[in-house]
Formats: sequence, C-alpha cells, structure tokens
Amino acid sequence: MQLPEADQLIATLAESMRPHVSPDTCLVGIHTGGVWLAERLHALLGLSQPLGSIDVSFYRDDYSAKGLHPQPRGSRIPFDVEGSHIVIVDDVLYTGRTTRAALNELFDYGRPAQVDLAVLVDRGGRELPIAASFCALTLPAPLPAGQNLQLERDDSGALTLRLIHA
Amino acid sequence: MNIHIQNGRLIDPANKIDAQHDLYIVDGKIAGVGTAPAGFSAQRTIDASGLVVAPGLIDLAARLREPGFEYKATLESEMDAAMAGGVTSLAIPPDTDPVLDEPGLVEMLCYRAKKLNRAHVYPVGALTIGLKGEQLSEMAELVEAGCVAFSQANTPILDTRVLGRAMQYAATFGFRVWLQPLDIFLAKGGVAHDGEVASRLGLPGIPASSEIIALYTYLRLARQTGARLHITRLSCAESLDLIERARAEGVDVTCDVAAHYLHLSDMDIGYFNPHCHVIPPYRSQRDRQALAQAVADGRINAICSDHTPVDDDAKQAPFSESEPGNTGLELLLPLTLKWAAEYKLPLIDALARITSEAAKIAGIAKGGHLSVGTRADVCIFDPDAHQLISRSMLKSQGKNTPFLGLELPGKVRYTLVEGSVMYDTQI
Amino acid sequence: MRNPQLNKHGELQHLLTLDGLPRAIITQILDTAAPFTEVAEREVKKLPLLRGKSVFNLFFENSTRTRTTFEIAAKRLSADVINLNVATSSTKKGETLLDTVDNLCAMHADMFVVRHESSGAPYLIAQHLENTGRDHIHVVNAGDGRHAHPTQGLLDMYTIRHYKKEFHNLTVAIVGDVLHSRVARSQIAALTTLGVPEVRVIGPKTLLPTDVEKMGVRVFHSMEEGLKGVDVVMMLRLQNERMNGALLPSPQEFFKVWGLTAEKLALAKPDAIVMHPGPMNRGVEIDSAVADGGQAVILPQVTFGIAVRMAVMSMLGSH
Repeated sequence: MQLPEADQLIATLAESMRPHVSPDTCLVGIHTGGVWLAERLHALLGLSQPLGSIDVSFYRDDYSAKGLHPQPRGSRIPFDVEGSHIVIVDDVLYTGRTTRAALNELFDYGRPAQVDLAVLVDRGGRELPIAASFCALTLPAPLPAGQNLQLERDDSGALTLRLIHA
Repeated sequence: MNIHIQNGRLIDPANKIDAQHDLYIVDGKIAGVGTAPAGFSAQRTIDASGLVVAPGLIDLAARLREPGFEYKATLESEMDAAMAGGVTSLAIPPDTDPVLDEPGLVEMLCYRAKKLNRAHVYPVGALTIGLKGEQLSEMAELVEAGCVAFSQANTPILDTRVLGRAMQYAATFGFRVWLQPLDIFLAKGGVAHDGEVASRLGLPGIPASSEIIALYTYLRLARQTGARLHITRLSCAESLDLIERARAEGVDVTCDVAAHYLHLSDMDIGYFNPHCHVIPPYRSQRDRQALAQAVADGRINAICSDHTPVDDDAKQAPFSESEPGNTGLELLLPLTLKWAAEYKLPLIDALARITSEAAKIAGIAKGGHLSVGTRADVCIFDPDAHQLISRSMLKSQGKNTPFLGLELPGKVRYTLVEGSVMYDTQI
Repeated sequence: MRNPQLNKHGELQHLLTLDGLPRAIITQILDTAAPFTEVAEREVKKLPLLRGKSVFNLFFENSTRTRTTFEIAAKRLSADVINLNVATSSTKKGETLLDTVDNLCAMHADMFVVRHESSGAPYLIAQHLENTGRDHIHVVNAGDGRHAHPTQGLLDMYTIRHYKKEFHNLTVAIVGDVLHSRVARSQIAALTTLGVPEVRVIGPKTLLPTDVEKMGVRVFHSMEEGLKGVDVVMMLRLQNERMNGALLPSPQEFFKVWGLTAEKLALAKPDAIVMHPGPMNRGVEIDSAVADGGQAVILPQVTFGIAVRMAVMSMLGSH
C-alpha cells in the first residue's frame, strides 16, 4: 500500500480543524506520535495555549496483562482543564482504547467544556464507540490486526507514516 | 540369637582394625571377629558385602525432648531416628523440663529408655540445681542413678565462684564436667556470628569473644581445681589454641564439635534461613575450616550431632524469633563421612570421632568398639550410597535441618543393639 | 539460590531489600517514580493502576508515618487499603506470623506491605507465599528490624538524583546510629549499586556495625573529618533507648560530637544537601537551624516518598 506524505496529511488536518478552533483551544498530544503531530498543528493553527501531552501508560485497560511501560514519561497538562475546549491529538486511531484512556486521564485534571479528537489516519478496527472529530485520511478497508501503522520522526524532525508487518 | 555378619569391611577404631572380617554375635555379645567361636551356628546371617561393619555410633549430645517438650519430639520418635542413624548410645543433655537435676528423674528417663529397648541412654546431669548456677546438684547420687557427667547445657553459670566450686566438687569424684563456653553478656540478644554477614543482614551479633573469654575462664578454673573438663560445641578457630595451651599445662580437657559446624558458616544463612539459627552460631568460613582441620588431626576429640528437634511452628518465624537448633541424629554419620571425604581422611580415623573417642569422653566402656565379649552394638552402612535428605525420610519428629534437599553420603543398612537387629532397610 | 525478590523473568516480584537488587531495576523504579510526582497536583489525585486490588498494610511494629505514606501511595493508585496494626492484635493472641498471612490471603489480598521488628520477617512471608503457590501476591518490605527499609532508601536516591542529577561524582556521608539502622543499610546498598564513588559513615564505634567497611564504605569517627567536602549529608535517627545498653553516655554528648550544626555543615560543600528519614530528634542528631535551613531537603523527601512507593507498587502490581 502506498502511504501518503505525512506533511500533506497534516496540512489537510489543520485546515479541517481551523474553522472549529479558537486561539484558546488547547491541544493535548498522546505519546509519542500524537505529541509530534500536536506540535505541528499547534504551530499551523497559531494557538496561544501551551501544548499538553498525555502518557496513557497509567490508564491503559491492559495494564494487568501487559504490565507497566518500562519507562513511562508521564503527562503534562500546563493549562486549566476546567471549562476549556480541548482537542486530543493522536497519529492513528485504531481500537479506540488509547483514546478512552486519554479521556479518563484528562477528566482527572478537571471538567472540560468540550473535547474533540483529531487523528492523522483512521485505520479502522474500532472496539469502542469512539469516532474522530477531525481525520485527514480514513483507510478504505480496516488494516489487518497484525500490521502496525505509526508516525515516525527522523533526526531532522521530518515525520513519515510507516506500516510495519508484525 | 546367634548372628553371623559376613563379607563386610569391619572397621573398629578402638582395636585399630580395618579389614575384611566376619563378625559373630552370641547372646547379644561379640563372640568372634574374623574367626567363629567354637561350635558357632548362625540363626541369622547378614550379608554385608560392600558394606562397612562398625561399632554402633555414640552421640555426645542428643536431645530427646523428654520430659517436657513432647510436642517437639518423644523418646519413641527420636529412638527411631537414632536407629535409622546407626546411633546406639546417646548422651542426653540435662535441659529437659524439669531439668535433670534429681536422681528420680534420671532413673525415670533411663527406665523409659530401657523399656523401649533401643539406643542406650547416658544422661548428663545438671551441674547446678535447675541449671540456675546457684546450688550444686547431688552429683554422687546422680551418678548412681545413671549420669555419666555434668553440664549446664546452654545455660552458663554467671557466678564464677559457683562455677569454680562446682568444678572443684566434681573433681573430688573425678566426674567430668561438660561445658559449653558462652559469655552471655557478650552474646546477649545475638542470633548470628558477629561479622560481615550479620552486619549486612541486620542480625544482632554474637562475637567470637563470647566463646573465647568464657573458655579461658573454664580452662583456668580447671587448672586450678584439677577438674576434668569436656568442652562442647566449639565454634571458633581461636578456641583451639586456648585448648592446646591448657593441655600443655596439664589440664585434662577434651572437646567436641557438632557435625554441621564442619560444613556450614555464617554465609549459609543466605536469605534468613531459620535452619541456620543455631547456638553457638555458625561462624566464618575460616573458623569452619579450622574446626574441620582440628577434628582431622585429633585436636578436637569427637563429633556429635547436637540433635535438637524443633517443631515447625517454632522454626517458621523470623530468624531472630525462631528457635535455634538442628535435628541431627540421622545426619551424624553422613556429615562425618562427607567431612572425611573432603579431608581425604581414612574411614577408620573418621569413625573414631563418633565411636571410640566419643565413648572415652562419656566413659562408656561397653560401647564404641567391637572387642570380643563386649555388647554387640553394631552399625552396618553403605559408605558409597548417597541419599537425599527430605522431611519424609527423617524419622526424627524434628525436620529442622539446613541439609533438606541435599544429597549426603552414607546410608545405614542395619543397626544392632545388644545383638538384636533394631533397624533393617531390607524389611 | 535465586534472589527471592525477582521472579523467573528477572522482574520485581517482591521488594525486600536493595542489597543485591540490580542497578537497572533501581533505576527503573526511580524513572517510574518521576511521572507520579505530578499526580498530587491534579484535581483527581488518583491513577487507576491498582483499581480493584487489595493492599494490606501489615504493621507488626507501630509507625504511623510510614504506614500513612504507603496508604496514600496505594490510594493514589486506586487500591483498596486495609490497615492492620498487628502489634496490638493477632500475635498478642498467640497467632503465628504465617497464620496471620494465611488468613489475609483467604481475604484475597494482592499485596502485603510489611513492617516488622525482626530482620528478615518479610522474607519469611515471601518464602511462604512461594511455597504455597501464591505467586500473584506481592510483598513490600516497609522496614524489618535492622535489616532493610528499601522504599526509604529508594526515596533517598530519588531525592539525591533530583538535586544532584548524577551519582558517579558524589561523596555522601551517613551520620549517626548505623548499627541499628535499616535505613542506613538500604542507603549504603543503593548508593554503592548506583556507583557513588565515596560513601562515608560517621559515628561512634559503639554505633557502627562490625566489619562495616566491608559494605563498601569509609569509616569516620569525627564529623570534622567525615563531612569535609561531601555533597550529601544523610542523618539518621537516634533512638532514645540507645542510652540504656551502654552504647552512649547521653544525648547531650552525642549532639556535641555528632549532632549536625550549621558550623559542622559548613565543612561540607557549599551546595551540600541535608537529608533525614524522620522523625527528627532536634537537638540530638540535628540542630533546628540546619533542619529548617536552606540546605535541608527533608520535606521534599517525604513528598518524593509517595511517588517512589507508587512506582514500586505499580511495578509489582503489573505482573
């Protein structure tokens, strides 16, 4: 499968979000790809609130089966969650479990007015009733479970989408 | 019954015999060694091919836990253990409950043991009433009742004047005083050898000086009083020099070590193994080696089991709170053989430590050797067989030994007491 | 003999001591603790990692402070916490330690946090759990006799790393009653494992363990010598009963010779930090001017302690 350029998708995503954000909208990236993506969107949309990040290791529902991530990086929410408009940003939307974990965690910081979800790619295969508010690319058919789609960043900071066959 | 033990390797340290000799038993006594007595006809023949035929072992310290501690062990259970261990004579420390400080108690113990008709029991009487270190026990009466010596078990006499007088009084009759050297003030609260291991594990230490200082006191008083002294359960290398010096000065002093001290050091406590909680404590590797060497060259006269059955509840506690002691009757021979193999010692010399030499210390004339005319206490064992030490194979009610799960050399096949086969693996 | 704190995959099964714990695991615990420090600043100070798990605080020796920090840590991880002050209950009725443990296992415990006056007690429990096939239950040593207080040692390492960043260039002095201190033993084990080139102990000979230098420390008896140029001063608590066993003449003399005053602290590096496991005896081992001074990091130690205990519990609870 030929994957589109990440930069192009990011631009598309930013444009689809632009009518729906205000300077006070807060972005929260999910580690790790979501954080890189959120940094780009933050710049493209010219938002004023500092960028947040979430490490869902502590909220995953498979914690007891898979154990703790060996090096959790922790979450950083540098703005007041109470009453704010928040967009959760992730590179790829798959089962929806990561999004659920991020939502749970976010609510432990306060009660936001509105939460949206922005993703670069929806690969299908949802296991929870979760949908993206903004999505640059929806794959025509769900990817098989064995395959892993993710955003990667090289030393120069350039982002690419990569498909890994397990 | 007439018994013919044939094809065995007969080892009798007292008579310096180590040869292929048949042994003939008539009416509970040794009737012939190598040659059958006139007109002998066997009612039972034991084939001892590949086995060692030795005098029944003599253990200088076996707690049978009666009277007073029947929940830990009984005469019955521990006599079974003695038979399985090839041990036919037992010296019993006086720390029973009540303490063996009255002729009546001693007579009762001897009577109970005799009725069981297994190992011979030699009580060691209390040196002072109640082991309290205040009043002398009736030593002459106690000897008449069956005591072979006097000791304080693990409870030292604090008042050195009482100690000196007790030794003096015993010396009047030539009774041997058995003492375990321990300065209880230096040892107070301690549970392990005061060294690197105890420091690292945070276990209160018992310094070597607690043994050495007490030992010096005992030896000096023995010199002064002329008492015959037997030092029990040595644990420190430095003690050996003190004993040699006292001997050179003419003090009549013998000493023993418990078999497990020839193999274990404080390192073996590992992760707080309560089976390694013993008094005196397992000391450093250097001490262990010095002890093992001293038994090999005869400076330490005998090896005992220091058999102390402890119930599981008392052992399964945090190290400091667990009750000290190891079960040992069934390990006396295996641990002695293992030590002898490590020091490449001839079997005859190794067996002397648990037969003839031990008999001399306890004053047991009728045991510890296979001379014609003496009572036929015999231990027949396979020196090459190894056996796994497990809870189920131990006949003793005490399963408390750090050797659980390990293979040790030497398996007893038959134990004979006064010519009766009391233990037989063939059955 | 397998290290009883690690399972067959080399992961942390119990936390019993820092002595012999691989450096990688100590570092992993410190790294895991870092993100937990910010949980206290949230609206909801809770993470769901131990949701539905039962943590039993099994304290055979009273210690409100330590018990509370474990309780907070477990509750921040959403565990159900049951406090058992066994010092005043079952064992007084003659129940053995292992009977107590068996009973709590029957109540579906997932983790035991154990404080006991005897060195090695948590090992006995861990061993018993293994012998009875209860591998899913974990034990955290919250202080056993003089042996170990691993979470205190870890929070001390976290504190040092927080202020000093690296371990490989530090000189650390541990001052006071090392002999009776489980805290000191855990500190020495962790500091040497983490590569601190010079660990010193300072105290009277009566309060230093036999062969203490074999633990990898330099021994000093004088504060003036021992504090010279150190980066970290770790004070130990002096129990009052030490005056009884002829170990020390008086608290006054102890303070005069080994108490940490501003004057003595001036011998250390100017940016040296001062630590204390608490509770402090002001005027015995430490002067108030130092305890409340700018170099003391005693309160941050307490805060970090919760994050470190959360890290330990979440790592144990994850397998």
